[in-house]
Amino acid sequence: MTLTAKDKKMVKAFWAKVAGKAEDIGCDALSRMLVVYPQTKTYFSHWKDLSPGSAPVRKHGGTIMGGISLAVASIDDISAGLLSLSELHAFQLRVDPANFKILSHNILVVLAVLFPNDFNPEAHVAMDKFLAAVGRALSEKYR
Amino acid sequence: MVEWTDAEKSTISAVWGKVDINEVGPLALGRVLIVYPWTQRYFGSFGDVSTPAAIMGNPKVAAHGKIVCGALDKAVKNMGNILATYKSLSETHANKLFVDPDNFRVLADVLTIVIAAKFGASFTPEIQATWQKFMKVVVAAMGSRYYIGILEYQQAPEICLANAAFSH
Repeated sequence: MTLTAKDKKMVKAFWAKVAGKAEDIGCDALSRMLVVYPQTKTYFSHWKDLSPGSAPVRKHGGTIMGGISLAVASIDDISAGLLSLSELHAFQLRVDPANFKILSHNILVVLAVLFPNDFNPEAHVAMDKFLAAVGRALSEKYR
Repeated sequence: MVEWTDAEKSTISAVWGKVDINEVGPLALGRVLIVYPWTQRYFGSFGDVSTPAAIMGNPKVAAHGKIVCGALDKAVKNMGNILATYKSLSETHANKLFVDPDNFRVLADVLTIVIAAKFGASFTPEIQATWQKFMKVVVAAMGSRYYIGILEYQQAPEICLANAAFSH
């Protein structure tokens, strides 16, 4: 399920529309993940406040969206673009890759909440494929 | 058995009360066919599903979306016994329609996204959590009659269902 030229065009166009709210998107997606999938809290036991919209959640949401932006910019070779992020996740963070799907789902929910008209079915399939590709790229260095 | 707090029950009723099946059903099924095109395998007799526009404008897709979403009403009204409520629907999907049960999870995810789009920010993280718990139980119930290890299922249904359906 590789990204077609049409997918890449759609992702770039959609991202251009939503990038202005990247931090809000990241904050909301991360907040939802921690509430809806409480097992994900295990990765953040060092934070003081895991509640929706808290300072560490907002900051980290922004960091994650930075990675997504990098992936959009590297869309022609996401694996190359996310190489060092993959190494980070594989060797230091050691986040179970199943969680990439969970976060992706919550990003899609937030896109629907914030951009109900722009996040139409065509944008949905392109973003779903893109986020799956990002998850695969992040998993590359794991083993 | 699945336990629901009073707050969870009223959340599900409140969300479902604001959902117009005639609107949301077609939107959800159409989106499934677009985002996961292999699901079109079940709808060979539906006519033109060749483009997103064709899918969203297809009257058979819309009609079927209403039926599928309408069936959720039974779960909302029988939250204490969703497993029994969907026993025969599960058997029909397994033995007559031959639908891969992974599709129930797929539809649940898309339905969540369609509802999120409708509700906007009022679909809070807490409401999303309760809604997704409800979807998980429905998905597990719809898959419940499929298993090869039917004996294990009869002996320990909760464990069997948990292993199969709660991996998302």
